[in-house]
Amino acid sequence: MKSLKTVLLTLLVLAVYLLHQDFWNWTRATPLILGFLPVGLAYHAAYSILAAVTMAVLVKFAWPKHLEDAAEK
Amino acid sequence: MTPIIVILVYLAIIAFVGGIAFRRGKTNTEDFFLANRSVGEMVFFLSIFATNMTAFAILGSSGQAYRQGIGIYGLMASSSGLVIPLTIFLIGTRLWALGKKFGHQTQVAFFRDRWECDAIGTVIFALSAIMLVPYMIISIMGGGTVLAQISHVSGAAAPLIPYWLGCGVVAVVVTLGVFLGGMRGTVWVNILQTSLFLCFGAVAVAIIYHALPGGFGQYMTELAGNPKTRFLVTREKMPPQAFWSYTLIPLSSIMFPHMAIMCFSARKVTAFKRTVVLYPLAILLIWLPCVLLGVLGVAALGKVADPDGILLLMLDKYAPAWLAGLLGAGIISAVMGSDAHQVLALSTMFTKDIYQHYGGRERYGEKAAVHFARGFIILVTVAAYLVALGLKNKQGIFEIAVRYAFSGFAAMAPIMVAALFWKRSTKWGALAAALFTAACLLYFAVLQNSRHPGDVIWQIGQGKTALKLLFINARGDVSFWNGFMTVVPMVFGSAFCMIAGSLLTKPPSPATLDKYFPRAESQRASGSAGAVEEPAKTTEHCVNS
Repeated sequence: MKSLKTVLLTLLVLAVYLLHQDFWNWTRATPLILGFLPVGLAYHAAYSILAAVTMAVLVKFAWPKHLEDAAEK
Repeated sequence: MTPIIVILVYLAIIAFVGGIAFRRGKTNTEDFFLANRSVGEMVFFLSIFATNMTAFAILGSSGQAYRQGIGIYGLMASSSGLVIPLTIFLIGTRLWALGKKFGHQTQVAFFRDRWECDAIGTVIFALSAIMLVPYMIISIMGGGTVLAQISHVSGAAAPLIPYWLGCGVVAVVVTLGVFLGGMRGTVWVNILQTSLFLCFGAVAVAIIYHALPGGFGQYMTELAGNPKTRFLVTREKMPPQAFWSYTLIPLSSIMFPHMAIMCFSARKVTAFKRTVVLYPLAILLIWLPCVLLGVLGVAALGKVADPDGILLLMLDKYAPAWLAGLLGAGIISAVMGSDAHQVLALSTMFTKDIYQHYGGRERYGEKAAVHFARGFIILVTVAAYLVALGLKNKQGIFEIAVRYAFSGFAAMAPIMVAALFWKRSTKWGALAAALFTAACLLYFAVLQNSRHPGDVIWQIGQGKTALKLLFINARGDVSFWNGFMTVVPMVFGSAFCMIAGSLLTKPPSPATLDKYFPRAESQRASGSAGAVEEPAKTTEHCVNS
C-alpha cells in the first residue's frame, strides 16, 4: 500500500513536471484569457497554482513525519 | 522627491528593526547564526522567500519580458514554482532534521561528518564561497543603480542619490541589520520586506490598468496582430531546448549556502509545510505582474533605452509618485533581503567551517566567535562595496559570473541528494562532482569571454552533417548540443561523477552509516543483511577525520 502511494505520488510529480513543457501553446497568442492574458502566459499562471496544489498533496500524503520524531529523540 | 522620502523612511524602519533584534539576541553563535533554531512557520516562509528573491525578480523579469515576451514567465518563474518547493520538501526538511539531531549549522559541516572527511567540506566551502561572492556584489550594485534611477529628477544633470551613495546606503543598512541582529534581525526584516514586494505587483497592475486608455486587452491584441511584435505574446523566438534546460536551474536554490542555513533555523519541521505550498503562489504574485507590465511596456511606450528600467518608466507615466516610491522600496527590499542572507551565510560559513572547525573556539571562546563573525561581516561588505564602485560600468562581468553560479550550484545538487539518500555515496564521488563543477565553470567562463557567436568548440564529424557538441550561440552564450544550456551537461556530468566516483571507492564506516541511515528496530533485532555496507578501513578516511 505504501509503495503504491509512493508510485502514484511520483507519477503525479512527473506529470506536473512534464506539463511545464506546453509545446502546444508555443506559437499561440490567443485566446486572451480574462480579455488580456495571452494563452501561454495564462497557462503558466495556472501552472503555478497547479504546483501549489501538487505541493499540498505531497504535504498531505507524503509528509516526512518520522523526521520530526527522530529529531525530537 | 516623494519616492526618495518613501524609501528613506523604509530604510530607517529596517535599521530600527535590526536594533530591536540586537537587544533580544544572545552572545552565542547558535543564536547569532540561526536565531536559536526558533523561526516560526509564517516567518520562515516570508524569510525563505526573501532569501531567494533578488532585484532581478522585479526589474530583471520585466526587462526580460520587454525583450523576449511572455515566455520569460514559464522559463524562469513557473519552473521555479515547482522545483524549488520540491527541493525544500525533499532536501530542506532532511537538512533541518539532521541539524536538529546532530547540531549542524551549515551544509559543509554535514558533508564533513557524513563522509568522515575534512577536505571534502573545505573544497565545497571554497567553491560555494567563490560562487556566492559575485552574487553579493551584484546585489549592492543593483541597489545603487535603482536608487540613482529613482532619485533622478527629469531635467537634472545628476541624480539626488548618486550611484556611490546608493551602493553605500544599501551596504550600510544591510551591514547594520546583519551585524546587530544576526539571523533574528534578518528574518524580522524579511517579514516587512517580503510583504512589501508581494503587495507591490498587484497594486501596480491595478493602478496602471485603470490609467491605460483601452485597458490591457487592446494593447495585447495590437501586439498579437503586428508580425514584428507577435513573438512577445507567444514563444516563437524562444528555443524549446533553452526552455527545458531552465527547469534544471532552480536546483541551485537549495544548494545556496543561505538557503540551506535557513532550513537549519526552523523551530519545527511543520514550518516547511506552509512554505512549500505558498511558495509557487508567491512567485505568481511577483512575477506575473512584472512580466505582464514588461510586455505591455512595448505597446505603451515603444522603444526605450534601458529595458530593465521599463517598470520604472511605466510607473512614472501611469502611476502616482508614491507608487514609484513603493516600487523603489520593494526593489531595495528584494536586494537587501537576499544580500543580508548572503552576507550572513558567508559569515556563518567562515566562522563555523573555518574559524571554529580549525580550533578558533577552543582558543578564544564562544563570545569571540560572534565577534569574529561580526568583524567578518564588516570586512566582506566593505570589500563588496569597493568592488561595486570600482567596477561600476562593468556589471556585465558579474552578471555572467552570477549566471554561471546558478549553473554551478545546480550542478552541486547531486552531491546533496547523494549525501542524504544514497548510503553508498563516498567522499571521492563528492570530490569528483565538485571538481567537475569547478572545471566546467572555469572552462565555460573562459569560452564565454574569448569566443564569438557562431564559433564551434567541439564537434563530431565534418561539414554540414557535423554534430556540434559545444558552440557559441547567436546571443553569445555557450551552448551544448542542439542548443541546450550548459547547466544540462553540468548537472548530468556532476551526477555521473558522483555515482562513478562512489562506486569505485569504499563507503564510510558502518558507524557513520548507522548514524545517518538508522536501521529499523526489527532489522537491528534480526541483524538483517544489506542494511549496512562493508566497513571501510580507517586508512580510507581523511587524516583529520
